[in-house]
Amino acid sequence: MNFELTEEQIALRDAARKFAREVIAPVAAKYDRTGEFPYEVISKGFELGLMNLTVPAEYGGLGLSKVDQVLVVEELAAGCVGIATSMGANDLALLPILIGGTPEQKERFVRPFTEKLRFASFCLTEPGAGSDAAGLSTTAVRDGDHYVLNGTKMWITNGGVAEQYTVFATVDKARGHKGITCFVVEGRPEGLGVGKPEDKLGQRASNTVQLTFDNVRVPVENRIGEEGDGWRIAMATLDQSRPMTAAFAVGVGRAAMEHAIAYAKERKQFGQPIANFQAIQFMLADMATELHAARLLTLEAAWLTDAGKRSTLVSSHAKRFAADTAMKVCTDAVQIFGGYGYSKEYPVEKLFRDAKLIQIYEGTSQIQRLVIARELLRG
Amino acid sequence: MKILCGVKRVEDPDQKIKVNPDGSWIALDGINYKPNPYDEIAVEEALRLKEAHGSGEVVVVSIGGEESVTEMRHAMAMGADRGILVKVSERVDSDAAARLLAKVVEREKPDLVILGRQAVDSDQGQTGQLLAEYLGWGQATFAAKFESLESEEEKAKKPGLQVQDGKVRVIREIDGGLEVLDVELPAVVTTELRLNHPRYASLPGIMKAKKKPVEELTPADLGVDVTPKVKIRKLSSPPERKAGIKVPDVATLVEKLRNEAKVI
Repeated sequence: MNFELTEEQIALRDAARKFAREVIAPVAAKYDRTGEFPYEVISKGFELGLMNLTVPAEYGGLGLSKVDQVLVVEELAAGCVGIATSMGANDLALLPILIGGTPEQKERFVRPFTEKLRFASFCLTEPGAGSDAAGLSTTAVRDGDHYVLNGTKMWITNGGVAEQYTVFATVDKARGHKGITCFVVEGRPEGLGVGKPEDKLGQRASNTVQLTFDNVRVPVENRIGEEGDGWRIAMATLDQSRPMTAAFAVGVGRAAMEHAIAYAKERKQFGQPIANFQAIQFMLADMATELHAARLLTLEAAWLTDAGKRSTLVSSHAKRFAADTAMKVCTDAVQIFGGYGYSKEYPVEKLFRDAKLIQIYEGTSQIQRLVIARELLRG
Repeated sequence: MKILCGVKRVEDPDQKIKVNPDGSWIALDGINYKPNPYDEIAVEEALRLKEAHGSGEVVVVSIGGEESVTEMRHAMAMGADRGILVKVSERVDSDAAARLLAKVVEREKPDLVILGRQAVDSDQGQTGQLLAEYLGWGQATFAAKFESLESEEEKAKKPGLQVQDGKVRVIREIDGGLEVLDVELPAVVTTELRLNHPRYASLPGIMKAKKKPVEELTPADLGVDVTPKVKIRKLSSPPERKAGIKVPDVATLVEKLRNEAKVI
């Protein structure tokens, strides 16, 4: 067993860290306030190769491993997890195509994202199908050499700026998850409605919208896999993307801890820095231990995927633990800042709001526990 | 156009530095390293010249241990083409560094050598000048730019050094004004902080950098005796600052400034 990063991994991580510190962090508060889409920052990140990290080299990507990816993503998230989420959304939207698509489809739907800054969205969740994703009701009805899509998708990251949508719909609701099928919707075809950006509690820099499909026609050659393959593809996608989401959590938690350490050394009460008090020290110590554990789980989940092994259990451990840890660390960071932590003048209240979303998106902490329990009780 | 740049591995100055109890050097436990910031500027300027000329080669040289390859890889991730490590086990003084670089220059025959004006570890600031002297080349130190680096107008301008008709044009900041020099090539130029903003290493750049060649040489290969002529006798920390005091009113402040601090 070897915990050492390679020289190249250190260089990748440090490049992302520098970008997060010098380019993302200085504008994080502004985009949090305005809720504008941080196009300029993301564009700079794209130029430096900080997007589409795991797209294979044969489709124009960097072909980084999942371990490389989580190292980079943690750094970006430490700068601003809202911006990191928008930068990482392509990885999620392109994964189903990389998992279930033909080489021709990968060429058509993946390569263009490595050539120019474009956005793609992953569309699974619906107003009536969140944790119960298999209960989705967007329909796809075959009509000659097309499918006709009808339904509504909810909480779609980058949906308002995307040029391509990976959509899960059912060809036969009676078949349950065996009817779910994956499609790629290109551009803004007739019948595709894009809602207003949601006014969110946190991660306000990331664009989140509702999409409506009203008789949207999708060519048969845009179907990923066969009819009914969608559920398997979606689950495989989430197995692989959970380490990235866990890395978002570790990043935001680390940022909160770093702020808390700096503040505890500076803030004086009872004639001395509050860092001298055991009450503060123990909070900081727990932050460090739990973030370290979350990072190790994240790296192991990424490593399992790289090794081609089944990662469902460990990636759910990682996502659940990292998200809950980030929330706890941010809560304690606000506590250490006291009244100042509750003020928008200081950075930790934003992190506190940002962290909450990680316990919800890409499978809530409760769904992760469900997955973990199922894995434990299998067979 | 072939350009040679020095890249030195230095202790990151943005961290707490402690001097060893014996004063021989700073305590290196848990210390982070980075490329000398002035050298990054030198590499950036070399890359811009290469890009402006549409062809050429940027070679980076480091004098140090095996670990200095990390800093050269950073320069190669920015875009430098290859590296040369002159492997030494002990720190060398500025004069030995200049003589080693002179031998590397004789082998490589670059048109231009760009070095940082100093390394931020020991702040000697002598290597560039000594190198030019050993080579018998013209030199221009403290190359800078003359307007705000931030304005859009300035960003659009042709930045920094300009090479034309076998000469390099260098702008230097001098007291109360500017000095514009034309130096015959080959030449040695050292860089001021206000010359450019070094680019970020891109992820594809980092991936490519690992495949770029690094040649290893020793002082013996170059026929240079690196026995130091200058030895550091002692380093010491500045005296600790005393805590400030609060004064009740302006009159007391003026009184203390006059009679205690004796500054007015």
